Amino acid sequence: MAVTRHSDAVAPVRSSGVIATWLTRHASTSIGSLGRLFRQPFSSLMIILVIAVTLAIPASLNLVVKNAQFVSAGWDNALDFSIYLQKGLSESEASGLAKLIEQRADVESVRLVTASDALREFKAQSGFGEALDHLADNPLPHTLVVRPSPANTSQSMILLQEELGNLPEADLVQVDTEWVQRFHAILDIIKQAIVIGASLLGIAIIVIIGNTIRLDIQNRREEIEVTKLIGASNAFVRRPFLWSGFWYGLVGGLLALGLVQYGLFLLEEPAARLAGLYQSGISILSLNLQESLSILAIGVLLGLVGSWFAAARHMRRIEPR
Amino acid sequence: MIRFEDVTKRYPGGQEALSGLSLSVDKGEMLFITGHSGAGKSTLLRLVALIERPSSGQVIVDGQNTSRVKRRKIPAYRRQIGMVFQDHKLLYDRPVADNVGLPLIIAGVNHRDAGRRVRAALDQVGLLHKEKRNPETLSAGEQQRVGIARAIVTRPKLLIADEPTGNLDPDLSLEVMRIFRRFNEVGVTLLIASHDISLIDRMGCRRIALDEGKLVPDEEEEESWQ
Repeated sequence: MAVTRHSDAVAPVRSSGVIATWLTRHASTSIGSLGRLFRQPFSSLMIILVIAVTLAIPASLNLVVKNAQFVSAGWDNALDFSIYLQKGLSESEASGLAKLIEQRADVESVRLVTASDALREFKAQSGFGEALDHLADNPLPHTLVVRPSPANTSQSMILLQEELGNLPEADLVQVDTEWVQRFHAILDIIKQAIVIGASLLGIAIIVIIGNTIRLDIQNRREEIEVTKLIGASNAFVRRPFLWSGFWYGLVGGLLALGLVQYGLFLLEEPAARLAGLYQSGISILSLNLQESLSILAIGVLLGLVGSWFAAARHMRRIEPR
Repeated sequence: MIRFEDVTKRYPGGQEALSGLSLSVDKGEMLFITGHSGAGKSTLLRLVALIERPSSGQVIVDGQNTSRVKRRKIPAYRRQIGMVFQDHKLLYDRPVADNVGLPLIIAGVNHRDAGRRVRAALDQVGLLHKEKRNPETLSAGEQQRVGIARAIVTRPKLLIADEPTGNLDPDLSLEVMRIFRRFNEVGVTLLIASHDISLIDRMGCRRIALDEGKLVPDEEEEESWQ
Protein backbone atom coordinates (compact mmCIF):
# COMPACT_ATOMS: atom_id res chain seq x y z
CA MET A 1 0.00 0.00 0.00
CA ALA A 2 1.10 3.50 -0.67
CA VAL A 3 2.29 5.48 2.28
CA THR A 4 -0.16 8.17 3.21
CA ARG A 5 1.55 11.51 3.55
CA HIS A 6 0.36 14.28 5.75
CA SER A 7 -0.11 17.23 3.52
CA ASP A 8 -0.10 19.57 6.48
CA ALA A 9 3.30 18.43 7.72
CA VAL A 10 5.65 21.29 8.45
CA ALA A 11 7.70 22.00 5.36
CA PRO A 12 11.45 21.93 5.92
CA VAL A 13 13.25 25.22 5.42
CA ARG A 14 14.61 25.36 1.89
CA SER A 15 16.65 27.98 0.15
CA SER A 16 13.76 28.39 -2.28
CA GLY A 17 11.70 29.45 0.73
CA VAL A 18 14.04 32.38 1.30
CA ILE A 19 13.72 33.46 -2.31
CA ALA A 20 9.97 33.02 -2.17
CA THR A 21 9.82 35.21 0.94
CA TRP A 22 11.99 37.80 -0.76
CA LEU A 23 9.77 37.74 -3.83
CA THR A 24 6.56 38.00 -1.83
CA ARG A 25 8.03 40.90 0.06
CA HIS A 26 8.87 42.71 -3.18
CA ALA A 27 5.51 41.83 -4.68
CA SER A 28 3.61 43.26 -1.71
CA THR A 29 5.80 46.37 -1.61
CA SER A 30 5.31 46.96 -5.33
CA ILE A 31 1.56 46.57 -5.08
CA GLY A 32 1.56 48.82 -2.05
CA SER A 33 3.42 51.50 -4.00
CA LEU A 34 1.06 51.14 -6.94
CA GLY A 35 -1.88 51.49 -4.58
CA ARG A 36 -0.35 54.69 -3.21
CA LEU A 37 -0.27 56.15 -6.74
CA PHE A 38 -3.94 55.33 -7.17
CA ARG A 39 -4.81 57.00 -3.89
CA GLN A 40 -3.46 60.29 -5.25
CA PRO A 41 -4.79 59.94 -8.78
CA PHE A 42 -4.51 63.59 -9.80
CA SER A 43 -0.92 64.26 -8.85
CA SER A 44 0.16 60.82 -10.07
CA LEU A 45 -1.52 61.44 -13.40
CA MET A 46 0.20 64.81 -13.80
CA ILE A 47 3.63 63.31 -13.26
CA ILE A 48 2.92 60.35 -15.50
CA LEU A 49 1.67 62.68 -18.21
CA VAL A 50 4.83 64.79 -18.02
CA ILE A 51 6.97 61.67 -18.27
CA ALA A 52 4.89 60.33 -21.16
CA VAL A 53 5.15 63.55 -23.18
CA THR A 54 8.86 63.83 -22.44
CA LEU A 55 9.41 60.29 -23.67
CA ALA A 56 7.05 60.65 -26.65
CA ILE A 57 8.79 63.72 -28.12
CA PRO A 58 12.14 62.08 -28.93
CA ALA A 59 10.42 58.80 -29.77
CA SER A 60 8.23 60.42 -32.40
CA LEU A 61 11.06 62.56 -33.81
CA ASN A 62 13.08 59.41 -34.13
CA LEU A 63 10.18 57.83 -35.94
CA VAL A 64 10.07 60.74 -38.39
CA VAL A 65 13.75 60.26 -39.19
CA LYS A 66 13.26 56.52 -39.48
CA ASN A 67 10.49 57.04 -42.01
CA ALA A 68 12.51 59.60 -43.93
CA GLN A 69 15.40 57.16 -44.09
CA PHE A 70 13.13 54.38 -45.21
CA VAL A 71 11.58 56.44 -47.97
CA SER A 72 14.92 57.79 -49.16
CA ALA A 73 16.51 54.35 -49.06
CA GLY A 74 14.78 53.73 -52.40
CA TRP A 75 16.63 56.73 -53.82
CA ASP A 76 19.96 55.19 -53.05
CA ASN A 77 19.60 52.83 -55.99
CA ALA A 78 18.36 55.60 -58.21
CA LEU A 79 21.88 56.74 -58.89
CA ASP A 80 21.31 56.87 -62.62
CA PHE A 81 23.32 59.45 -64.42
CA SER A 82 23.07 60.88 -67.90
CA ILE A 83 25.81 61.17 -70.53
CA TYR A 84 25.10 63.83 -73.10
CA LEU A 85 26.88 62.80 -76.29
CA GLN A 86 28.70 65.01 -78.78
CA LYS A 87 26.40 66.81 -81.25
CA GLY A 88 27.77 65.27 -84.43
CA LEU A 89 27.16 61.65 -83.40
CA SER A 90 24.72 59.60 -85.47
CA GLU A 91 21.96 57.52 -83.94
CA SER A 92 23.63 54.21 -84.84
CA GLU A 93 26.93 55.34 -83.35
CA ALA A 94 25.12 56.29 -80.16
CA SER A 95 23.34 52.94 -80.05
CA GLY A 96 26.65 51.13 -80.58
CA LEU A 97 28.22 53.06 -77.73
CA ALA A 98 25.27 52.19 -75.51
CA LYS A 99 25.79 48.47 -76.17
CA LEU A 100 29.50 48.83 -75.47
CA ILE A 101 28.99 50.51 -72.16
CA GLU A 102 26.31 48.03 -71.17
CA GLN A 103 28.90 45.24 -71.35
CA ARG A 104 30.88 46.72 -68.47
CA ALA A 105 30.64 44.81 -65.21
CA ASP A 106 29.91 47.95 -63.19
CA VAL A 107 26.95 48.94 -65.34
CA GLU A 108 23.57 47.34 -65.09
CA SER A 109 21.83 48.87 -68.06
CA VAL A 110 22.04 51.74 -70.50
CA ARG A 111 19.07 53.40 -72.12
CA LEU A 112 19.45 55.48 -75.23
CA VAL A 113 17.34 58.59 -75.52
CA THR A 114 17.74 59.76 -79.10
CA ALA A 115 17.69 63.46 -79.92
CA SER A 116 14.34 63.16 -81.69
CA ASP A 117 12.82 61.22 -78.74
CA ALA A 118 14.07 63.89 -76.41
CA LEU A 119 12.63 66.64 -78.55
CA ARG A 120 9.27 64.92 -78.77
CA GLU A 121 9.20 64.48 -75.03
CA PHE A 122 10.20 68.07 -74.48
CA LYS A 123 7.49 69.29 -76.89
CA ALA A 124 4.86 67.28 -75.11
CA GLN A 125 5.81 68.38 -71.62
CA SER A 126 7.13 71.91 -71.97
CA GLY A 127 4.11 73.56 -73.54
CA PHE A 128 6.32 75.17 -76.20
CA GLY A 129 5.00 72.65 -78.76
CA GLU A 130 4.16 75.04 -81.58
CA ALA A 131 7.17 77.26 -81.08
CA LEU A 132 9.56 74.34 -81.26
CA ASP A 133 8.21 73.37 -84.69
CA HIS A 134 9.93 76.44 -86.07
CA LEU A 135 13.39 75.21 -85.09
CA ALA A 136 15.51 74.44 -88.13
CA ASP A 137 17.19 71.49 -86.59
CA ASN A 138 17.08 69.60 -83.32
CA PRO A 139 19.30 71.34 -80.77
CA LEU A 140 19.26 68.35 -78.41
CA PRO A 141 22.01 65.70 -78.31
CA HIS A 142 21.54 61.98 -77.98
CA THR A 143 21.65 60.97 -74.35
CA LEU A 144 22.63 57.75 -72.60
CA VAL A 145 20.98 57.12 -69.26
CA VAL A 146 23.34 54.81 -67.37
CA ARG A 147 22.19 52.73 -64.45
CA PRO A 148 25.24 51.52 -62.52
CA SER A 149 25.21 48.04 -61.02
CA PRO A 150 24.09 48.02 -57.36
CA ALA A 151 27.43 46.49 -56.35
CA ASN A 152 29.14 49.86 -56.89
CA THR A 153 30.47 51.75 -53.89
CA SER A 154 30.27 55.51 -53.93
CA GLN A 155 34.00 55.47 -54.72
CA SER A 156 33.73 53.19 -57.77
CA MET A 157 30.67 55.17 -58.81
CA ILE A 158 32.71 58.36 -59.10
CA LEU A 159 35.39 56.42 -61.01
CA LEU A 160 32.79 55.08 -63.43
CA GLN A 161 31.36 58.53 -64.01
CA GLU A 162 34.82 59.94 -64.69
CA GLU A 163 35.75 57.15 -67.08
CA LEU A 164 32.60 57.48 -69.11
CA GLY A 165 32.90 61.24 -69.08
CA ASN A 166 36.37 60.94 -70.63
CA LEU A 167 35.11 58.97 -73.63
CA PRO A 168 35.63 60.98 -76.83
CA GLU A 169 31.91 60.64 -77.69
CA ALA A 170 30.82 62.06 -74.35
CA ASP A 171 30.15 65.75 -74.01
CA LEU A 172 28.92 66.02 -70.41
CA VAL A 173 28.11 63.69 -67.54
CA GLN A 174 25.34 64.87 -65.27
CA VAL A 175 24.78 63.35 -61.83
CA ASP A 176 21.42 64.23 -60.28
CA THR A 177 21.81 62.41 -57.05
CA GLU A 178 24.20 64.49 -54.98
CA TRP A 179 21.26 65.87 -53.09
CA VAL A 180 20.33 62.37 -51.95
CA GLN A 181 23.66 62.10 -50.23
CA ARG A 182 23.25 65.55 -48.72
CA PHE A 183 19.81 64.58 -47.52
CA HIS A 184 21.23 61.54 -45.79
CA ALA A 185 23.94 63.59 -44.14
CA ILE A 186 21.27 65.97 -42.86
CA LEU A 187 19.26 63.05 -41.51
CA ASP A 188 22.34 61.82 -39.68
CA ILE A 189 22.78 65.22 -38.05
CA ILE A 190 19.11 65.33 -37.07
CA LYS A 191 19.42 61.87 -35.59
CA GLN A 192 22.35 62.93 -33.43
CA ALA A 193 20.51 66.05 -32.40
CA ILE A 194 17.61 63.87 -31.30
CA VAL A 195 19.97 61.74 -29.20
CA ILE A 196 21.33 64.86 -27.52
CA GLY A 197 17.85 66.28 -26.99
CA ALA A 198 16.59 62.95 -25.67
CA SER A 199 19.44 62.82 -23.17
CA LEU A 200 18.50 66.25 -21.87
CA LEU A 201 14.86 65.23 -21.62
CA GLY A 202 15.97 62.06 -19.81
CA ILE A 203 17.72 64.21 -17.22
CA ALA A 204 14.52 66.22 -16.93
CA ILE A 205 12.57 63.03 -16.20
CA ILE A 206 15.09 62.00 -13.55
CA VAL A 207 14.71 65.40 -11.89
CA ILE A 208 10.92 65.29 -12.05
CA ILE A 209 10.68 61.81 -10.58
CA GLY A 210 13.39 62.58 -8.04
CA ASN A 211 11.52 65.64 -6.89
CA THR A 212 8.23 63.77 -6.65
CA ILE A 213 9.83 61.04 -4.58
CA ARG A 214 11.51 63.65 -2.39
CA LEU A 215 8.14 65.20 -1.57
CA ASP A 216 6.74 61.75 -0.93
CA ILE A 217 9.60 61.00 1.46
CA GLN A 218 8.99 64.26 3.31
CA ASN A 219 5.30 63.48 3.65
CA ARG A 220 6.08 60.09 5.08
CA ARG A 221 8.90 61.23 7.31
CA GLU A 222 7.24 60.08 10.49
CA GLU A 223 6.55 56.64 9.09
CA ILE A 224 10.17 56.32 7.99
CA GLU A 225 11.36 57.40 11.42
CA VAL A 226 9.18 54.88 13.20
CA THR A 227 10.13 51.99 10.92
CA LYS A 228 13.81 52.83 11.33
CA LEU A 229 13.31 52.98 15.07
CA ILE A 230 12.03 49.43 15.14
CA GLY A 231 14.93 48.16 13.10
CA ALA A 232 14.26 48.81 9.44
CA SER A 233 17.36 49.15 7.29
CA ASN A 234 17.85 51.93 4.75
CA ALA A 235 17.19 49.35 2.02
CA PHE A 236 13.86 48.47 3.58
CA VAL A 237 12.59 52.04 3.83
CA ARG A 238 13.93 52.83 0.36
CA ARG A 239 12.17 49.93 -1.31
CA PRO A 240 8.64 51.36 -1.62
CA PHE A 241 10.03 54.60 -3.06
CA LEU A 242 12.05 52.74 -5.67
CA TRP A 243 8.90 50.89 -6.61
CA SER A 244 7.06 54.22 -6.96
CA GLY A 245 9.75 55.37 -9.35
CA PHE A 246 9.45 52.11 -11.25
CA TRP A 247 5.71 52.54 -11.65
CA TYR A 248 5.98 56.19 -12.69
CA GLY A 249 8.49 55.19 -15.37
CA LEU A 250 6.57 52.16 -16.59
CA VAL A 251 3.15 53.80 -16.77
CA GLY A 252 4.72 56.94 -18.28
CA GLY A 253 6.40 54.76 -20.90
CA LEU A 254 3.15 52.99 -21.71
CA LEU A 255 1.36 56.30 -22.08
CA ALA A 256 4.18 57.57 -24.31
CA LEU A 257 3.67 54.55 -26.58
CA GLY A 258 -0.02 55.35 -26.65
CA LEU A 259 0.68 58.97 -27.60
CA VAL A 260 3.01 57.95 -30.43
CA GLN A 261 0.52 55.40 -31.74
CA TYR A 262 -2.25 57.98 -31.60
CA GLY A 263 -0.08 60.40 -33.55
CA LEU A 264 0.53 57.72 -36.18
CA PHE A 265 -3.18 57.09 -36.36
CA LEU A 266 -3.78 60.78 -37.05
CA LEU A 267 -1.13 60.77 -39.80
CA GLU A 268 -2.33 57.60 -41.44
CA GLU A 269 -4.90 59.23 -43.71
CA PRO A 270 -2.79 62.14 -45.00
CA ALA A 271 0.07 59.71 -45.57
CA ALA A 272 -2.19 57.42 -47.57
CA ARG A 273 -3.31 60.42 -49.63
CA LEU A 274 0.30 61.40 -50.29
CA ALA A 275 1.18 57.85 -51.27
CA GLY A 276 -1.78 57.86 -53.59
CA LEU A 277 -0.49 61.03 -55.29
CA TYR A 278 2.85 59.37 -55.89
CA GLN A 279 1.12 56.15 -56.87
CA SER A 280 3.32 54.27 -54.44
CA GLY A 281 2.48 51.74 -51.78
CA ILE A 282 4.42 53.64 -49.15
CA SER A 283 2.90 53.51 -45.67
CA ILE A 284 4.15 54.95 -42.40
CA LEU A 285 6.51 52.79 -40.37
CA SER A 286 5.41 52.53 -36.75
CA LEU A 287 7.41 51.54 -33.69
CA ASN A 288 8.54 47.94 -33.84
CA LEU A 289 8.56 45.67 -30.80
CA GLN A 290 12.17 46.37 -29.96
CA GLU A 291 11.66 50.13 -30.07
CA SER A 292 8.51 49.90 -27.99
CA LEU A 293 10.26 47.81 -25.36
CA SER A 294 13.18 50.25 -25.38
CA ILE A 295 10.86 53.13 -24.59
CA LEU A 296 9.38 51.18 -21.67
CA ALA A 297 12.84 50.16 -20.48
CA ILE A 298 14.11 53.73 -20.68
CA GLY A 299 11.06 54.93 -18.75
CA VAL A 300 11.60 52.34 -16.01
CA LEU A 301 15.32 53.02 -15.86
CA LEU A 302 14.85 56.78 -15.53
CA GLY A 303 12.19 56.21 -12.88
CA LEU A 304 14.48 54.00 -10.86
CA VAL A 305 17.46 56.34 -11.21
CA GLY A 306 15.36 59.35 -10.19
CA SER A 307 13.85 57.67 -7.15
CA TRP A 308 17.21 56.17 -6.20
CA PHE A 309 18.84 59.61 -6.15
CA ALA A 310 16.04 61.07 -4.07
CA ALA A 311 15.92 58.13 -1.67
CA ALA A 312 19.69 57.94 -1.23
CA ARG A 313 19.91 61.68 -0.60
CA HIS A 314 17.01 62.15 1.76
CA MET A 315 16.56 58.80 3.47
CA ARG A 316 19.88 58.88 5.25
CA ARG A 317 19.06 62.19 6.85
CA ILE A 318 15.90 60.86 8.43
CA GLU A 319 17.05 59.22 11.62
CA PRO A 320 14.96 58.56 14.71
CA ARG A 321 15.21 61.30 17.28
CA MET B 1 22.12 41.84 30.10
CA ILE B 2 22.99 45.52 30.12
CA ARG B 3 26.14 47.09 31.51
CA PHE B 4 27.00 50.79 31.56
CA GLU B 5 30.68 51.46 32.25
CA ASP B 6 31.50 55.02 33.21
CA VAL B 7 29.20 56.38 30.52
CA THR B 8 29.06 60.08 29.78
CA LYS B 9 26.78 61.60 27.21
CA ARG B 10 27.33 65.20 26.30
CA TYR B 11 25.08 66.89 23.78
CA PRO B 12 26.32 69.55 21.40
CA GLY B 13 26.32 72.74 23.43
CA GLY B 14 28.06 71.10 26.35
CA GLN B 15 25.00 69.96 28.26
CA GLU B 16 25.74 66.68 30.05
CA ALA B 17 22.81 64.25 30.09
CA LEU B 18 24.72 61.43 31.73
CA SER B 19 27.98 61.80 33.59
CA GLY B 20 30.16 58.87 34.56
CA LEU B 21 27.25 56.49 34.91
CA SER B 22 27.90 52.84 35.73
CA LEU B 23 25.16 50.31 36.27
CA SER B 24 24.23 46.80 35.35
CA VAL B 25 20.97 45.02 34.68
CA ASP B 26 20.79 41.23 35.06
CA LYS B 27 19.18 38.87 32.63
CA GLY B 28 15.51 38.45 33.40
CA GLU B 29 15.42 41.51 35.61
CA MET B 30 12.71 44.17 35.56
CA LEU B 31 14.33 47.47 36.40
CA PHE B 32 12.76 50.89 36.76
CA ILE B 33 14.64 54.10 36.18
CA THR B 34 13.20 57.10 37.94
CA GLY B 35 14.07 60.74 38.13
CA HIS B 36 12.85 64.19 37.15
CA SER B 37 12.43 64.98 33.54
CA GLY B 38 15.83 65.92 32.22
CA ALA B 39 17.58 63.65 34.68
CA GLY B 40 18.88 61.46 31.88
CA LYS B 41 16.34 58.59 31.82
CA SER B 42 15.55 58.91 28.15
CA THR B 43 19.19 59.36 27.21
CA LEU B 44 20.00 56.15 29.03
CA LEU B 45 17.40 54.24 27.01
CA ARG B 46 18.48 55.91 23.78
CA LEU B 47 22.02 54.71 24.35
CA VAL B 48 20.72 51.16 24.77
CA ALA B 49 18.71 51.45 21.54
CA LEU B 50 21.69 53.01 19.73
CA ILE B 51 19.68 56.10 18.84
CA GLU B 52 22.58 57.90 20.46
CA ARG B 53 26.16 56.92 21.12
CA PRO B 54 27.99 57.72 24.38
CA SER B 55 30.54 60.55 24.39
CA SER B 56 32.75 58.32 26.52
CA GLY B 57 32.48 55.01 28.34
CA GLN B 58 30.90 51.82 27.12
CA VAL B 59 27.44 50.36 26.90
CA ILE B 60 27.31 46.58 26.66
CA VAL B 61 24.02 44.95 25.73
CA ASP B 62 23.65 41.17 25.74
CA GLY B 63 27.41 40.77 25.44
CA GLN B 64 27.65 43.23 22.55
CA ASN B 65 29.68 46.39 22.95
CA THR B 66 27.42 48.94 21.30
CA SER B 67 30.29 51.19 20.31
CA ARG B 68 31.49 48.41 18.02
CA VAL B 69 28.16 48.17 16.21
CA LYS B 70 28.69 49.81 12.84
CA ARG B 71 26.20 52.28 11.50
CA ARG B 72 25.05 49.82 8.85
CA LYS B 73 24.45 47.16 11.50
CA ILE B 74 22.27 49.34 13.71
CA PRO B 75 18.97 48.15 12.16
CA ALA B 76 19.85 44.50 12.80
CA TYR B 77 20.89 45.42 16.34
CA ARG B 78 17.62 47.24 17.03
CA ARG B 79 15.61 44.28 15.84
CA GLN B 80 16.84 42.35 18.90
CA ILE B 81 15.28 44.88 21.23
CA GLY B 82 11.62 45.62 21.82
CA MET B 83 10.85 49.30 22.26
CA VAL B 84 7.80 50.99 23.77
CA PHE B 85 7.36 54.75 23.56
CA GLN B 86 5.36 57.27 25.53
CA ASP B 87 3.65 58.48 22.36
CA HIS B 88 3.15 54.94 21.03
CA LYS B 89 4.64 55.84 17.63
CA LEU B 90 1.99 53.90 15.77
CA LEU B 91 1.30 54.37 12.06
CA TYR B 92 -2.20 55.64 11.53
CA ASP B 93 -2.47 54.80 7.84
CA ARG B 94 -2.90 51.08 8.49
CA PRO B 95 -4.84 48.79 10.81
CA VAL B 96 -3.71 47.54 14.20
CA ALA B 97 -2.61 44.14 12.86
CA ASP B 98 -0.30 45.76 10.27
CA ASN B 99 1.23 47.97 12.95
CA VAL B 100 1.98 45.00 15.14
CA GLY B 101 3.27 42.96 12.19
CA LEU B 102 5.65 45.64 10.93
CA PRO B 103 8.73 44.32 12.80
CA LEU B 104 8.05 40.86 11.35
CA ILE B 105 7.85 42.23 7.83
CA ILE B 106 11.08 44.12 8.41
CA ALA B 107 12.65 40.89 9.64
CA GLY B 108 11.40 39.05 6.57
CA VAL B 109 9.09 36.60 8.32
CA ASN B 110 6.76 34.97 5.83
CA HIS B 111 3.18 36.06 5.60
CA ARG B 112 1.48 33.10 7.25
CA ASP B 113 3.82 32.91 10.24
CA ALA B 114 3.59 36.67 10.63
CA GLY B 115 -0.20 36.56 10.81
CA ARG B 116 -0.08 33.91 13.51
CA ARG B 117 2.45 35.77 15.60
CA VAL B 118 0.60 39.06 15.26
CA ARG B 119 -2.55 37.45 16.61
CA ALA B 120 -0.61 35.84 19.45
CA ALA B 121 0.94 39.20 20.38
CA LEU B 122 -2.41 40.99 20.24
CA ASP B 123 -3.92 38.24 22.35
CA GLN B 124 -1.25 38.81 25.00
CA VAL B 125 -2.24 42.46 25.38
CA GLY B 126 -5.95 41.62 25.16
CA LEU B 127 -6.66 43.34 21.84
CA LEU B 128 -7.18 40.39 19.52
CA HIS B 129 -10.71 41.55 18.74
CA LYS B 130 -9.42 44.90 17.50
CA GLU B 131 -6.84 43.74 14.97
CA LYS B 132 -8.67 45.25 11.99
CA ARG B 133 -9.33 48.64 13.60
CA ASN B 134 -7.37 51.76 12.80
CA PRO B 135 -5.25 52.71 15.82
CA GLU B 136 -6.74 56.20 15.72
CA THR B 137 -10.10 54.78 16.80
CA LEU B 138 -8.60 53.22 19.92
CA SER B 139 -8.24 54.79 23.37
CA ALA B 140 -4.81 55.93 24.60
CA GLY B 141 -4.50 52.83 26.77
CA GLU B 142 -5.37 50.53 23.90
CA GLN B 143 -2.94 52.32 21.60
CA GLN B 144 -0.20 51.81 24.14
CA ARG B 145 -1.05 48.12 24.29
CA VAL B 146 -0.80 47.95 20.49
CA GLY B 147 2.64 49.54 20.86
CA ILE B 148 3.57 46.86 23.37
CA ALA B 149 2.29 44.09 21.11
CA ARG B 150 4.48 45.48 18.34
CA ALA B 151 7.47 45.53 20.69
CA ILE B 152 7.09 41.90 21.73
CA VAL B 153 5.95 40.35 18.45
CA THR B 154 9.53 39.44 17.54
CA ARG B 155 9.98 37.86 21.00
CA PRO B 156 12.94 40.01 22.03
CA LYS B 157 14.99 39.14 25.09
CA LEU B 158 15.13 42.79 26.08
CA LEU B 159 12.31 45.30 26.21
CA ILE B 160 12.89 48.99 26.88
CA ALA B 161 10.08 51.41 27.60
CA ASP B 162 10.29 55.18 27.92
CA GLU B 163 7.48 56.54 30.10
CA PRO B 164 5.05 53.90 28.84
CA THR B 165 2.34 55.12 31.19
CA GLY B 166 3.06 58.82 30.79
CA ASN B 167 -0.29 59.56 29.15
CA LEU B 168 -2.44 57.03 30.98
CA ASP B 169 -4.63 57.23 34.02
CA PRO B 170 -3.70 55.10 37.09
CA ASP B 171 -5.93 52.11 36.21
CA LEU B 172 -4.66 51.85 32.66
CA SER B 173 -1.11 52.37 33.89
CA LEU B 174 -1.43 49.48 36.26
CA GLU B 175 -2.78 47.29 33.50
CA VAL B 176 0.18 48.13 31.26
CA MET B 177 2.54 47.33 34.11
CA ARG B 178 0.85 43.99 34.68
CA ILE B 179 1.38 43.16 31.03
CA PHE B 180 5.06 44.01 31.43
CA ARG B 181 5.23 41.85 34.53
CA ARG B 182 3.84 38.87 32.62
CA PHE B 183 6.59 39.21 30.00
CA ASN B 184 9.12 39.44 32.77
CA GLU B 185 7.80 36.20 34.22
CA VAL B 186 8.63 34.39 30.98
CA GLY B 187 12.20 35.65 31.04
CA VAL B 188 12.16 38.98 29.22
CA THR B 189 14.51 41.61 30.64
CA LEU B 190 12.75 44.96 31.03
CA LEU B 191 14.16 48.42 31.44
CA ILE B 192 11.44 50.96 32.11
CA ALA B 193 11.84 54.69 32.56
CA SER B 194 9.06 56.24 34.58
CA HIS B 195 8.48 58.99 37.09
CA ASP B 196 5.33 57.39 38.49
CA ILE B 197 6.79 56.47 41.89
CA SER B 198 3.59 55.16 43.46
CA LEU B 199 3.06 52.81 40.56
CA ILE B 200 6.65 51.60 40.71
CA ASP B 201 6.27 50.97 44.43
CA ARG B 202 3.32 48.72 43.79
CA MET B 203 5.36 46.63 41.35
CA GLY B 204 8.04 45.88 43.96
CA CYS B 205 10.93 45.77 41.51
CA ARG B 206 14.44 47.11 41.76
CA ARG B 207 14.72 50.72 40.81
CA ILE B 208 17.44 53.24 40.29
CA ALA B 209 17.12 56.99 40.42
CA LEU B 210 18.91 59.46 38.25
CA ASP B 211 19.58 63.08 39.00
CA GLU B 212 21.47 65.33 36.64
CA GLY B 213 22.90 62.33 34.87
CA LYS B 214 24.18 60.60 37.99
CA LEU B 215 22.91 57.71 40.07
CA VAL B 216 21.29 58.81 43.31
CA PRO B 217 22.22 56.63 46.31
CA ASP B 218 19.22 54.83 47.80
CA GLU B 219 18.79 56.82 51.00
CA GLU B 220 18.98 60.19 49.24
CA GLU B 221 16.49 59.04 46.70
CA GLU B 222 13.82 58.64 49.32
CA GLU B 223 14.32 62.21 50.46
CA SER B 224 14.41 63.69 47.01
CA TRP B 225 10.95 62.39 46.35
CA GLN B 226 9.41 63.72 49.51
